[in-house]
Amino acid sequence: MPNEPQQPSAVLLNAVLSKTIRENRQEILQEWMGEQLAADTLRLDLIDEQTLELESREFLEVLSSAMSSGDAIDLESPPWQTVLTALEELSRSRDEAGFSATETATFILSLKQPLISRATKDLAREDFNAEVWLISKALDRLALYTTEVFQTRREATIRRQQEEMEELATPVVKIWDGILALPLVGTLDTRRSQKVTESLLEAIAATGSEVAILDLTGVPTIDTRMAQHLMRTVAATRLMGANCILSGIRPQIAQTIVHLKIQLGDIKTEATLAAALKSAFRESGLTVVGDS
Amino acid sequence: MERIAIAQIGDCLLVTIQVDMHDRLALTLREDLGQRLVQTQATGVLLDISGLDTLDTFIARVLAGIASMSKLLGAETVIIGMRPAVAMTLVELGLTLDGVNTALDVERGMALLRRKNA
Repeated sequence: MPNEPQQPSAVLLNAVLSKTIRENRQEILQEWMGEQLAADTLRLDLIDEQTLELESREFLEVLSSAMSSGDAIDLESPPWQTVLTALEELSRSRDEAGFSATETATFILSLKQPLISRATKDLAREDFNAEVWLISKALDRLALYTTEVFQTRREATIRRQQEEMEELATPVVKIWDGILALPLVGTLDTRRSQKVTESLLEAIAATGSEVAILDLTGVPTIDTRMAQHLMRTVAATRLMGANCILSGIRPQIAQTIVHLKIQLGDIKTEATLAAALKSAFRESGLTVVGDS
Repeated sequence: MERIAIAQIGDCLLVTIQVDMHDRLALTLREDLGQRLVQTQATGVLLDISGLDTLDTFIARVLAGIASMSKLLGAETVIIGMRPAVAMTLVELGLTLDGVNTALDVERGMALLRRKNA
């Protein structure tokens, strides 16, 4: 890349830049604060001006000390790691406060203007271009890093929720001696169906239950793949020596099943969980007797 | 030679498999069981596989074969006590052993046979 400054001059400029920041800290901070307060991404409802100024001052300090380390901008090196750690902390607290990724990134990006205007005053023309390039590159990277932290946190949340959902969604309930119920909620993908089958079979082995009711009341739609998973669960249950009853199939789902020509084979189905329970009682030779 | 013992209880033959099945053993069992069925005129076979941690497709096919053979010789077969992991593996492999009776334990297997032969 022809525009990219050579390594030695980058190091030199780093030192210049760091010196600029150190010597004009107050001025730069003021200009930066002005930029931030004027930006339309400003959220005075989430952060007050004092805190913002404090955060800005601290960040400037960390940044100038990282730059004065002399290395060209290398995020892997220890001085820059300090900057990243500070940014991570900042990103985290802003995320928790409710800032969007853009608003957090703008915090960094709005530092460009004051630094560049400083460079205009201090530097000769040929150095100026390289300097602007350097400032721009550094701040872009740092801003991107805050976004990355944001995203990583979001992904962690999604993963955690997914795991929790898997845990929550497969309760096997013993509703009578020898009768288990498994209320299914949501859709079954390969992974979930494996878990559902596993916990159902374990429960059958543990309780010695002969009848398992798979209740589909909480299942919004069904497709061929999900039907196949269900058939597998039923087949595995049968292999162990227990019977499966499907219940709670909604009329729309029943229509879909017919429409897709899904063959449920000789699986027993009932309209409601109550009907399935009645049928399970009959199978186990039990009758319900009222008092009157 | 290694063999799997076949015990007679009333009209039933009880086969409890407690060692790891290998192919030769399974085939020997099929032969022995055929002979015993003819000798004893038993009407039911209980195959207890609760001791098996794993079951490969070959053994599963032999077991299904035993069931169909017994039927020809006048006896119902019940496969008993398949473990959850084994059941899941067989289903994954597409071996659902349709038409073979299953039961959770020997007692329920006996009850099932009594119902079937009544």
